[in-house]
Amino acid sequence: MSLAALLVLADGRFPAGGHAHSGGAEAACKAGRIHDAATLEDFCRGRLHTAGLTAAGLAAAAALGLDPAGLDAAADARTPSPALRTAGRRLGRQLLRAARATWPSPELDALAAAFPRGAHQPVVLGLTARSAGLGPDGAAQVAAYESVGGPATATVRLLGLDPFEASGVLARLAPDLDAVAARAVAAALRARTDGTDALPAASSPLLEIAAEVHADWPVRLFAS
Amino acid sequence: MHLDHGVTYPHRHTHGAAPVRADGTRRALRIGLGGPVGSGKTATVAALCRALRTELSMAVVTNDIYTREDAEFLLREAVLPPERITAVETGACPHTAIRDDISANLEAVEELEESVGPLDLILIESGGDNLTATFSRGLVDAQVFVIDVAGGDDIPRKGGPGVTTADLLVVNKTDLAPYVGSDLDRMARDAAEQRGELPVAFQSLRGADGVAPVAEWVRERIAAWIVR
Repeated sequence: MSLAALLVLADGRFPAGGHAHSGGAEAACKAGRIHDAATLEDFCRGRLHTAGLTAAGLAAAAALGLDPAGLDAAADARTPSPALRTAGRRLGRQLLRAARATWPSPELDALAAAFPRGAHQPVVLGLTARSAGLGPDGAAQVAAYESVGGPATATVRLLGLDPFEASGVLARLAPDLDAVAARAVAAALRARTDGTDALPAASSPLLEIAAEVHADWPVRLFAS
Repeated sequence: MHLDHGVTYPHRHTHGAAPVRADGTRRALRIGLGGPVGSGKTATVAALCRALRTELSMAVVTNDIYTREDAEFLLREAVLPPERITAVETGACPHTAIRDDISANLEAVEELEESVGPLDLILIESGGDNLTATFSRGLVDAQVFVIDVAGGDDIPRKGGPGVTTADLLVVNKTDLAPYVGSDLDRMARDAAEQRGELPVAFQSLRGADGVAPVAEWVRERIAAWIVR
């Protein structure tokens, strides 16, 4: 695995559309559930062990070469909120555009042809990692990191939270991030023989419900 | 083995700046409009739509900062049918969406071309931003920077990427100049000094056909795009 390729893919400046999404942080800030660094950390830990773990499992499985269509259906089944399904596919399409320009591969072209309206972002992420020469562990690490990096950046913008404190939150979550990525890879390896049911399906009902409410706001800073 | 690259890796279809669409047809000319909050970007877009919609097949993408107000203004004014106007959400960073990460805007322009058929021109309006905001060349073919006389007649002198490098600088609301003490001659001199040969248009949208100079500039761009 190329560590440098991992850094390019995980960089928040990688132009794949993530900057316009808060990962539920905007709704949580408005509801008062995030109001400082400590509550941001609680939120991120919860998101990491639910949506983050699920995304990391899907990404790791895609990086291992499991059928993308089956994984996309598995992602749908793990995403009850229609607003989050739409956001996930939109982000998947945006990532695919960046990935095809950055690490061109026949697999990415085939994915674009099979999903003209976009596949779920974690599935695209896994195939992107594969095209970049990364393995399932790299794909899972990026998915896990994205699940908390997005909300942390968004909270800096939403609350004026001290950016050093936000980075401290992410640093303190590092052991959790590694553990979640390891669980995701182990599940993805099982899914090769046991099918996609072996992949994590942890959900956070509050994230799903808040995403539906957020999608109806007339005034908001973030797309999700 | 590089012989097969054209078939195996269709690079150009994934890049925003390529002049052809995935099916080989020529895509629409894309013009970006940027500038500070309240300088008259949306009003200029609306006036351009009214001036050009009978001769060109047009669509508009707005990048509202936190609402859908710009898109809704254009819809309310009925400058184009609703299916030709779409809004992109920018996550509190309008300059990111037009420069550093253009993926959402590229999605929007391609969806417009797919859904309403062949287009000649797509106007991409930035959210109101600061003087350093410019469009990526991967997103637009030409960019217009809109400032107004009420924002201070020293803005052309201050320069910045928008004022100095935009393909067209528009100085809007010239009718207000006497009321806010802005010196139009000074603005013209300063702009010429910052921009060299690049054009500047002074406009007031209060009068009849106030957008005519900018519309004419767009027509010239379209003519150049078609023969390119």
